[in-house]
Amino acid sequence: MTESAKNPSLISAVLKLPKSLEDFFLLISGISGFALKSFKEMFKPPYDISETLRQFYQIGNKSFALIAVTGFIIGLTLTLQSIPTLHKFGAASLVPSMVALAVILEIGPVITSLIFAGKIGSGIGAELGSMKVTEQIDAMEVSGCNPFKYLVVTRVIASTLMLPLLVVLADAIALVGGFIAFSITESGSFEAFLINSLTNIDMRDIIPATIKTFLFGFSIGVVGCYEGYNASRGTVSVGIAANTAVVISSLLVILIDMMMVQITSVLF
Amino acid sequence: MTQAEQLSSDAVLEISDLKKSFGDLTVLKNINLTVSKGESVVLLGKSGTGKSVILQCIIGLQLPTEGTVKVFNTEFINLPEKERNHIRRRIGFLFQSGALYDSMTVRENLEFPIIRQPDYKKEDLTSKVEEQLKNVGLLNAIDKMPSELSGGMKKRVGLARTLMLNPEIILYDEPTTGLDPVTSNEISHLIIEMQKKFGVTSVIVTHDMPCAKLVADRIVVLKDGMLTAQGTYEELEKSEDEFVRGFFEFE
Repeated sequence: MTESAKNPSLISAVLKLPKSLEDFFLLISGISGFALKSFKEMFKPPYDISETLRQFYQIGNKSFALIAVTGFIIGLTLTLQSIPTLHKFGAASLVPSMVALAVILEIGPVITSLIFAGKIGSGIGAELGSMKVTEQIDAMEVSGCNPFKYLVVTRVIASTLMLPLLVVLADAIALVGGFIAFSITESGSFEAFLINSLTNIDMRDIIPATIKTFLFGFSIGVVGCYEGYNASRGTVSVGIAANTAVVISSLLVILIDMMMVQITSVLF
Repeated sequence: MTQAEQLSSDAVLEISDLKKSFGDLTVLKNINLTVSKGESVVLLGKSGTGKSVILQCIIGLQLPTEGTVKVFNTEFINLPEKERNHIRRRIGFLFQSGALYDSMTVRENLEFPIIRQPDYKKEDLTSKVEEQLKNVGLLNAIDKMPSELSGGMKKRVGLARTLMLNPEIILYDEPTTGLDPVTSNEISHLIIEMQKKFGVTSVIVTHDMPCAKLVADRIVVLKDGMLTAQGTYEELEKSEDEFVRGFFEFE
């Protein structure tokens, strides 16, 4: 239903909030409600498996090359910058371990997610925004189909499941980049580099780092869909939807990361 | 005529005391309208008087601020999703732009509403798509993308997609707007043909008086968010109301 859930006049009348603050709370409540609905609808039949797989392929295919290149450069530069510093302390042998920890725990998930938000979040926002302003979403609704399930749920599932895979890929390529940088000044095989890298990493590091990538993927999918699905009429709103999707989902990635670090430091 | 008298036993659409506001702007003030089975009603009015909003309230894309909209004697928008979609499938909606899914071919556009129905049969699909495209004279466009179609072709494909679910009521939102007179005439005749062939009830929003003349059993005129006159084309043409007569002075 296109009936807007937003009721600014009621909220401002009750809470007497300034306009910007009111808009902020409306946005938070809108995205939260949308996320909850997306989560609930994921488990409700019928399941549009073919469209979910298509989105899975689209999202992975679109971002694969960009994320691979970024992962490689991150591993390379991080290693190049770490070697001189650790040399000063006579700890050059710790470079592989330090790079792996930094990449797997923090840099890999966050940078990959930010790139994913820019590439996929904006794409989803623009695509659904365009469908909204050209009445294609309304057309699905009036034909008795559920556009939310077809358009939103499929994209959110694909985004939630694909981002962790892309992070694993980025991490692996970053380690390759790290090895290439390391081998410029230091000696040793790739196998030795890898063993040295992963020595100080156990499941207590990998599990929280993986869990947060699912949350990043979910939030990027939800925000992209929310902005597109709620685009107002007019072509300008398509650009606004794409742009806002990137800004909000990037911010959410940073916020979720901060919270997850706090939570996992207590739990693990 | 009282409301009770106006309601006929075969009414498929009943709008009572409909009011629709967007924020402080009230678009529809007090709309009462009944449409009988098989009837063809044209909604006429100046731009911005809420004609399309009436169609959106009928199909449930907009919720009434006040009043009720009953289709097939049911206020279906309040029903659970499954029942609501069941009623919606009996109502077709032709959008002003055609609203074709631009990432799908014409064939996929027509298949889309069908393959998501619980009782869908795969073996009937191709023949049904071809049959509906034949009905609108566009069988040769079956594998084209919407971007390859002209405005008139998009509207005809939109109509074919609407017909895929065999609707009992079709709501047309400005079906001839933006088309040349020849194509407009073709679309108007297509609407008549669909009525004759499938016996559908039609509610048509248009500014196109030649189209209204061809398709309307009854014309309803809106002014300032209210129904100001209704009757046949010939009756309204002789109206003493200058506003109503203004629509008919196009020739």
